[in-house]
Order: sequence, then structure tokens, then C-alpha cells
Amino acid sequence: MAMKQLRKWLATGFISMSVFSAAQAETFIFTAIPDEDETKLVERFQGVADYLEEQLDVDVRYIPVKSYAAAVSAFRNNQVQLAWFGGLSGVQARRLVDGSEAIAQGVEDEAFETYFIANTETGIEPSDSLESLEDKLRGKTFTFGSKGSTSGRLMPEFYIRDTFGEAPDSVFSRVGFSGNHTRTLRLVEAGTYEVGALNFQVWEKELAEGNIDTDAVQVIWKTPAYPDYQWTIRGDVNETFGEGFKDRVTEALLELDDPALLESFPRSGFIPASNDDYEPIRKTAVNIGILD
Amino acid sequence: MFAYPTVRTSFIFLAIALAGLLVADIAITTANPWQDLGRLFWGVVTPNFFSTEGLLTALLRTVAFAFVGVALGSVCGFALSLVYRFLPVRMFCAFIRSIHELFWALIFLQFFGFHPLTGVLAIAIPYAGIFAKVYSEIFEESDPEPSRLLPPGTRSIPAFLYTKIPDCWVQLRTYTAYRLECGMRSSAILGFVGLPTLGFYLESSFSQGLYSDAGAMLVLFYILIATMPLWVRPKLLPAYVLAAPFFLGDGMPIIWGNVKRFFTEDIVPAPIRNGEGLVGLSEWMGDVWINEALPGIWNTVVLTQIALVATGILSLLAFPLISRHFGGPVRRTSGHILLVIARSTPEYILAYILLQLWGPSMLPAVVALALHNGGIIGHLIGRQTNTIQLRPDAPTGLSRYSWELVPRVYRSFLAFLFYRWEIIMRETAILGILGIYTLGFYVDSAIQNIRFDRAMVLILITALLNIGVDALGRYIRRKLALKTMPTC
Repeated sequence: MAMKQLRKWLATGFISMSVFSAAQAETFIFTAIPDEDETKLVERFQGVADYLEEQLDVDVRYIPVKSYAAAVSAFRNNQVQLAWFGGLSGVQARRLVDGSEAIAQGVEDEAFETYFIANTETGIEPSDSLESLEDKLRGKTFTFGSKGSTSGRLMPEFYIRDTFGEAPDSVFSRVGFSGNHTRTLRLVEAGTYEVGALNFQVWEKELAEGNIDTDAVQVIWKTPAYPDYQWTIRGDVNETFGEGFKDRVTEALLELDDPALLESFPRSGFIPASNDDYEPIRKTAVNIGILD
Repeated sequence: MFAYPTVRTSFIFLAIALAGLLVADIAITTANPWQDLGRLFWGVVTPNFFSTEGLLTALLRTVAFAFVGVALGSVCGFALSLVYRFLPVRMFCAFIRSIHELFWALIFLQFFGFHPLTGVLAIAIPYAGIFAKVYSEIFEESDPEPSRLLPPGTRSIPAFLYTKIPDCWVQLRTYTAYRLECGMRSSAILGFVGLPTLGFYLESSFSQGLYSDAGAMLVLFYILIATMPLWVRPKLLPAYVLAAPFFLGDGMPIIWGNVKRFFTEDIVPAPIRNGEGLVGLSEWMGDVWINEALPGIWNTVVLTQIALVATGILSLLAFPLISRHFGGPVRRTSGHILLVIARSTPEYILAYILLQLWGPSMLPAVVALALHNGGIIGHLIGRQTNTIQLRPDAPTGLSRYSWELVPRVYRSFLAFLFYRWEIIMRETAILGILGIYTLGFYVDSAIQNIRFDRAMVLILITALLNIGVDALGRYIRRKLALKTMPTC
């Protein structure tokens, strides 16, 4: 029995090795920044992989990564050819890969927002201006999302510096990086951190699904709008996958209308995007010293 | 009592740790830390083995990476140990082992990407440095007598094979087997940076609060480690080593241009790349030094000193659990299981779990490091007390503990503790990736911002700090005339 099992393992091992080397050339691989819980990501992007495979007539594979930087590196190293990036990670990636292009963004990504949220125990009431919250916020504990996140780090840090004229760690008594938006929500809800900043879409989706204890956590401030997530593709895909491949990918993404799939992002649809749309993000990143 | 140098040294370290506690950040910040801890224990006793299809594959990969990495490390380490008497070799080995597996993995990820080689080299390189050192120490300790009996003119290779190897074989084998267990732990935590081992799934389950899934992974991991003596058999070893490379999984193909780019562009400091000259470079270095390196070094040192003393206290409290001088077989067996669990859990995973439960501060890190290292040292000195014969009328209870046993094992206890000093510091630095502000935090931040030049400078600083502590530890051990065979 054990031997049989072992032989089976050995066989699958060998087969996967050989298949891997033969099929590699034709597989179109994409990744995405891990901005939410992994189960959600796998569910969402497996759906996208199946959809693209059907539309493009090539093998399409999604690989999950553990950090924003890993997504950028995989794209830069040509181990993935397409990626669902945030505003900042997209700017970083396109700066590193000549000829790469932002080809599509969510309808909501033209005007994205960050929500500042607070545990209700702090007694901080919602306000229209961050400045008026200064007394309440000072000395509290605060968490960003991932270090490389646009809505979870870049924009909130920019507004904190812009409003208070100080770095986050001198405004707050403790500054952390939760890792992703779902975790920021959970940590502030549980009171581990008193205040946090997250992607407004994650908040709205979790709220609609009844996953937020609104007695424990509430939104206290919303940032002005900025451009965020987008699909970015490498400039050399046509050489590998044939003439016009980039246009076909773009078209497939723009035509994606499966409600369940769109709901998982959550986006109401995808619209064309360009590299120039993200110039404000680049300037902000340079401004706070994340980008040289 | 203070006349003894060992006691004086102990109190100096205790004082440093207490001073460290005054400046360290050791708060529990979660609202319900015990409720979550309870849920975690509930998860471990109600494990869900069928959550992810990937679970068995992840275990298989964990074992495969450990086998390939350790095998490669031991072969290279063995070769290096033969030329270990040369200073450059010793320096090279000290350097490669002062960089933690996770840092090596983070470096290789940048140009090999998710290729199996990333995980294999991340284990093999630091392990080669450790093997070289320990193997050479074993050879040094060996009996010189057999080589004197050889006929004159015997060539050095046969001489080595016929005199040193048979004499040292048991120790070499024991140590290599022990490192294989360490390799399992290293392999498991590589999943935290994205390799397909156990840590990958463990991190996902934990962060989503799926404690029963996470519990299942931990239980399987303990079983895997605890049963190693049963399934890692000398006869089966060649088969395992030959088969293991086929179970590393498929990754992404290596693109060699990326490797070249990494070394010729990415890690070249930005001011040089942009042609800003020496002025730019010194400004850049100043920035890295003041804003990242100094706070990182400070926090790393403070945390290391607290964790070192906590480890010592815990070891002294834990060894009676398995000592035959206290309690009966039931208590010893349960004590044994407890210590095996403590030392089998990688400190990185322990720290990760405790950080989730108690919130971000140095406390989870101190507890994790003390539990893991205290488990190891407690186990070692507990076993040592079992060889001590006490008089039939020796006192019992607390008097036996404090007047008979502790004084007898105290020197080897200190030797183990100072031996692990450097290991604790290496781990402390790496725990920064989890969000504690040690050097690893700044390395991770630099990588997240795609600034590999900064990351490399900070990794080098971490390596130098480790080498410094290693040297200091050796100096103190020599000063106090402490001697021991190395452990993990």
C-alpha cells in the first residue's frame, strides 16, 4: 500500500516536472496584489483565469503571492505577464518594465477613496475634515494596511502628513502595518488598534454582507478621490503570444460582464486606463519618499 | 556568591535585560487576548484536516525542501570543513550563516522568483556555513592517536577516511540528523514569504481566523517532527534524498537576465546608479543609517537581551519537567511532550501566532523566543541531570533543585545559553518582518518599496551584528571556561 502510494507520488512528481517544462512557453500567467483574505483572492482570480482562458484560447494561470512587492517582482521578472495592481504597485511595476501599460481599471477606480475608521470605544465621531479630528487622533494607535498599498498606506500617510505636518509615528503612539484591508478592519473592530485606514470598497462590501459589527467600529473620515487599481500588462506579450494579443486581453477585460465575478472584486465593470491616469499617484509617492 | 565569575556574568546580563524592559515596548494591545488564545487552543483540539486540498502537498513540499536543502548544505559544509583552518574560509562561513534563511529567501525571490531553487538555496547556504563550523569542531575533537599509527607516507585523503571519519561518524550523523529537524522548521517558515510549504497555508488560515485549519497544520507538523526517528532511517535516507528533488513542485522558470540585473543594477546604491557620486552616496548612507539601521539595531539588541534572559529563566524552570529527580513517569512524559512541542514550533510561527493574539509589541516576540529556546535548553540540561547520581539521603523538592542540581548543571546551562545568543539575535532580526521594529522590519520595508540596495545594506548590517555577538559569546564562554558541544 505504502509503496503503491509512493509510486503514485513519484509518478505525479515526474509528470508535473515534464509538463511544466513543455507547457511553460504557452501559459499566460497573471497575479494580483494580496489586498484581501486569500480565500477571497483565489476564488476571484480563479474565476478570472477561467474567463480569460475561454476568451484568449491559451492556458491561463493565476499564481497567488504573499506580498505587494512579490507581485511587482514577478511582473518585473517576466514570470507573470499581467497583474491586477493597486495604484502605487502599478506605478512601481511600470517604472521597472519598459513598455508595460495600464490597460483597464474598475469603474470605481477612477475615483477611489480611503476610509479612516475608529473603534467606537475611542469616542471619535465622524467628521468632514481630518484637521478637526486632530485632538482626538493624537496619541492613539493606528494601523495601515500593507506597506505597499495605495489606499491602505500611500494616501492615508499623505493626508496625515499633509494635515498635521508630521510623520504618522509622531502623530500616533503606535503605528502598525496590518498586511491587508480585511485585517485592518478586524484589528480596529477588535480594538487591537484604535484607528486604521482602509480601501473603501472593502469596507462597503463587508458592510453589505453584514460582516461588520457597526457598534464596535465606524468610519470617521473619507479622503478625497484618487485613481487606484488597474490591470497592467507587459509590453512584450505580443512577441510571446502572437500579434494583437495585448489588444485581445484588453478587450476581454473590458467586456467582462459576469455579475458574480465583478461582484467579487467588487467592481461594476472595467473601463480603459492609461499610464498617465496614475501620474497623481506617482507624485504623491515621491512626495512622501516611498518612490525615488 | 558574587565571587563566582559565572554568577557575576549572570547578574550583569540580568541587569541589562531589566534595563531593556524599561525602554522596551511590551504592552498587550488586544481587547480580548485570552478569548482569542482560547479559540486557538480550541482549534488545535478540534483540528480540521480536510480544509485545504493543498495541505498534504504542502507537507510533502516542506519535507522535500528540508531534505534537498539540508543535503546540499551538509555536502558543501563538509567540503568547507576540510579547509576550515584557513581564515578566509572561516570568515566566509561566518558570513553566510549570519544571514537568516528567510533573508536568503527574500534575496533569491527577487531574481529566481518562485522557482524551487529559491527555497533550496535559502536553506542550503546558511546551513553549509553552520555545518562547516560544527563538522570542523567535531574533527578537531577527534582522537589524534589513530593517525599516528598509520605507516609513514600515507596520503592525506585515505588517512582522513580511515582515521577521522570512523572516529567522528556517530557525532557527524547525530548532528546532521538534528539539523534535518531544524531544516523542517526552516522549510515550514519559508511559506511565509510565498514558497509552497506549510507556512503558506498556516499564514492564510491564521490571518482569517480559521483556527481549526491552522490547528490541523500545527498538529501534522508536530507529528511529522516527532515521528522523524521512525521514518528517517539510515537505509532509507539515500532514497529520500534522491526522490526529494522531484517533490519540490513546479515554480516559474528562471530567467537569467534577472539574475544579472539584480547584481549589476538593483543592489547598486541608488546614488551611484544615478551618477550622483560620493556626495550623493554619503547622504544616502547617512539616511539609511540614521532612519533605518540605528533604530533597527537598537530594537534588535534590546529585544535580544530580554529574550536571552527570559530563555535562561525559562530553561531553569523547565528542566525539572523531564528530570528523573522530580516526580514520576507520568509527569516526566507529559513534561517531555510539552518541551518537544515548545522546541518543535519554529519561533517565527510562535511569534506570528502570539502577535495575532496579543497585538503588536515586543512581548509576543520575547515569549516566542523564550518558549522555543527555553524548550531546547531545558530539554538538554534536563537530560544532563538524569546522569547525575545523588546521595540516597539528598534533600528533596526545592532544596534538591536549588542546592543539588542547579549548581551542578549551571556551567553547561550558561554554555548553551551563550551558544544560542547569536541564534536568538538572528531570529530577533527576522521577527521584524512580522511588524516588530527590529532590523527585519526595515529590510522588509525596503523590499516592499522595491529598494533592494537599501535592503542589502541593512542585511549586511544585520550580518555584521550577528558576527559581533557570535564573537562576544565565544569570548565570554572562553573567559568563563565553559565548554559544550553545539546544538541547533
